[in-house]
Amino acid sequence: MQTCLVVDDSSIVRKIARRILEGLDFQVIEAEDGVDALVVCKKAMPEAVLLDWNMPVMDGYHFLSHLRRMPGGDTPRVVFCTTENGIEHIERALEGGANEYIMKPFDKEIIAAKFQEVGLIAVPE
Amino acid sequence: MTPPDYEYFRKLLKDRSGLDLSADKQYLIESRLLPLSRKAGLSDITELVQKMKGGSADLTTQVVEAMTTNETFFFRDKVPFDHFRDSIVPEIVKARASRKSIRIWCAAGSTGQEPYSLAMCLKEMGAMLAGWRIEIIATDLSQEVLEKSKAGIYSQFEVQRGLPIQMLVKYFKQTGELWQINPDIRSMVQHRQLNLLHDFSQLGTFDVIFCRNVLIYFDQETKVNIFNRLAKITEPDGFLVLGAAETVVGLTDVFKPFPDKRGLYRPNAAGATPAKLPAASAAAPKFAAMAGH
Repeated sequence: MQTCLVVDDSSIVRKIARRILEGLDFQVIEAEDGVDALVVCKKAMPEAVLLDWNMPVMDGYHFLSHLRRMPGGDTPRVVFCTTENGIEHIERALEGGANEYIMKPFDKEIIAAKFQEVGLIAVPE
Repeated sequence: MTPPDYEYFRKLLKDRSGLDLSADKQYLIESRLLPLSRKAGLSDITELVQKMKGGSADLTTQVVEAMTTNETFFFRDKVPFDHFRDSIVPEIVKARASRKSIRIWCAAGSTGQEPYSLAMCLKEMGAMLAGWRIEIIATDLSQEVLEKSKAGIYSQFEVQRGLPIQMLVKYFKQTGELWQINPDIRSMVQHRQLNLLHDFSQLGTFDVIFCRNVLIYFDQETKVNIFNRLAKITEPDGFLVLGAAETVVGLTDVFKPFPDKRGLYRPNAAGATPAKLPAASAAAPKFAAMAGH
């Protein structure tokens, strides 16, 4: 089973994301900020990261740049999931090594479509 | 909704659009037409029917449009677009090397996601198609839907279903919460209003026809009739692309499927060159016409 790390400071968002991702057959680990998330990644790299941008302690963008410099940190598919919906944020995220980008609000269809896009789940025949 | 009201809608939709509602689709009528009724200042479906029977042509058009508008999104089902990029276009590029033109018809173009997905695909293949004349014609029954397609403006929700983020950044311009597809992509697509029940031979012949998720609403006889007319305007070495839940198999033999490429068909006219795609080179099975009428 693939693992998805959900990084978001809102417990409600984490709960919604968990339900959707478990429905897509992922094992879910939660972290509430970037520092927390790095601790998780040091233990074992997840296959996927669903990543909020604005969080206390360490934001999603800084987490991503740390992650991509870690040994094995280039393997997780990172999908931003944030209320930041400006094109400048999207471009910055892609340059910083994000694989996909979701503008909140999101639903199951959007997560599934984006996860298909980056090859985390198969495209139904 | 009373049974006579429902029968009234069934007959009207069948006559006007070919939409063939089964006996149990009351919820579909209610969910789509209640908002429209309220907008027109009517309290319920019965009042809507009365107003339509009273001869409101405008309202009738709105009802037909509301009932026949389908959900769509960019690169819907993904696989047909992979076929388009990896098999269809490369083969046409070879076959039309001297003519250097490619004609594509989106027969249920809806709000533009499908024709623009094809346009973006072609743009991404840039070098291969340098100097080619590309025509994408998008048709739909609904004028309202075509207007939306022409404008090429989509909500944040619409651009997130099926569209890779890199393509959003590359081919769209953000205006507040909305995203508009760039003029160079928009200009690749021509729009025309068209009812598939009527003659469409004036469109000319096509190398590729995308006709997805619209035939499912028609009865068998109508489907066969449309397939026959589609076959006449598809180049002998051209392609027909149907939706995931659609097939010609068991209905007609004017098209034959590519066995390993789901949803992809080629005209089966006598004397046509056999299917040339590498994996489909073995003679495609022919299916006897056995339309159920």
